[in-house]
Amino acid sequence: MPEKSPWTLPGHVGRGMTVAGPRGELGWAVLAVVAAGGMAGALARFGVQSVWPSAPGGFAWATFVINVSGCLLIGALMVAITEVWVVHRLVRPFLGVGFLGGYTTFSAYVADIRRMVAHGVPVTALAYLGGTMVAAVAATWCGMALARLAARAAAR
Amino acid sequence: MTVLLVALGAAVGAPLRFVLDRAVQGLHGSRFPWGTLTVNVLGCAMLGFLIALPSDEGALALAGTGLCGALTTYSTFGYETVRLLEERARLYAAANAVVSVLAGLGAAACGAVLAQALG
Repeated sequence: MPEKSPWTLPGHVGRGMTVAGPRGELGWAVLAVVAAGGMAGALARFGVQSVWPSAPGGFAWATFVINVSGCLLIGALMVAITEVWVVHRLVRPFLGVGFLGGYTTFSAYVADIRRMVAHGVPVTALAYLGGTMVAAVAATWCGMALARLAARAAAR
Repeated sequence: MTVLLVALGAAVGAPLRFVLDRAVQGLHGSRFPWGTLTVNVLGCAMLGFLIALPSDEGALALAGTGLCGALTTYSTFGYETVRLLEERARLYAAANAVVSVLAGLGAAACGAVLAQALG
């Protein structure tokens, strides 16, 4: 019989494993650190996109690198704070929901695809669509695997 | 100035994502990440609308790069997809990827059509 926690119902995903975290932590402090982290993440994204603009009909390398690196980091972060360390309750909302959520973007990804199609480069658009998807999932997995390896090495 | 607008938009977008994600995810107990899907599709519709409007650099920085950028997320989407794969819910993982992209593209197109109809 698995241990019952208030946010885990049979057959349901445990909120403890989600980026948003367990329910019942909604408060002004959490919202404030999500906003602060989101601002920092969005500014980092804006910075990368500003120094690395993409041509209207070109592959959006800046957004690609932002989304893939953000996925690598969230994989490592989530393993670190759910499997390795017990951290302050505001760490997950600040770094996971706020910073990495504000840093990575799905709306710009979709807008990039539409822009490439509109500029008559559907093959580039398709490569960007699939490439980001595959690289992001692989990066998340790598981030989680690397964090687990590092935790095991440190425990020895 | 642009930097300030991006930060201001993100200060609204990120908490809005957090609140909406929880509200949607709390409606049901499904392991499918409906909350993230909702914010991503909503953000795509809004950005599609904005881009189709007559170009305004300030509005695009505030509402586009800032608000829509922070309202939507690729990191949570990636993490939730990998978690579904780890839980051997491969169909859910594949559906999450396919539906997110198709719904995002559809929503952005709808936003653009609406902007053109209004403009």
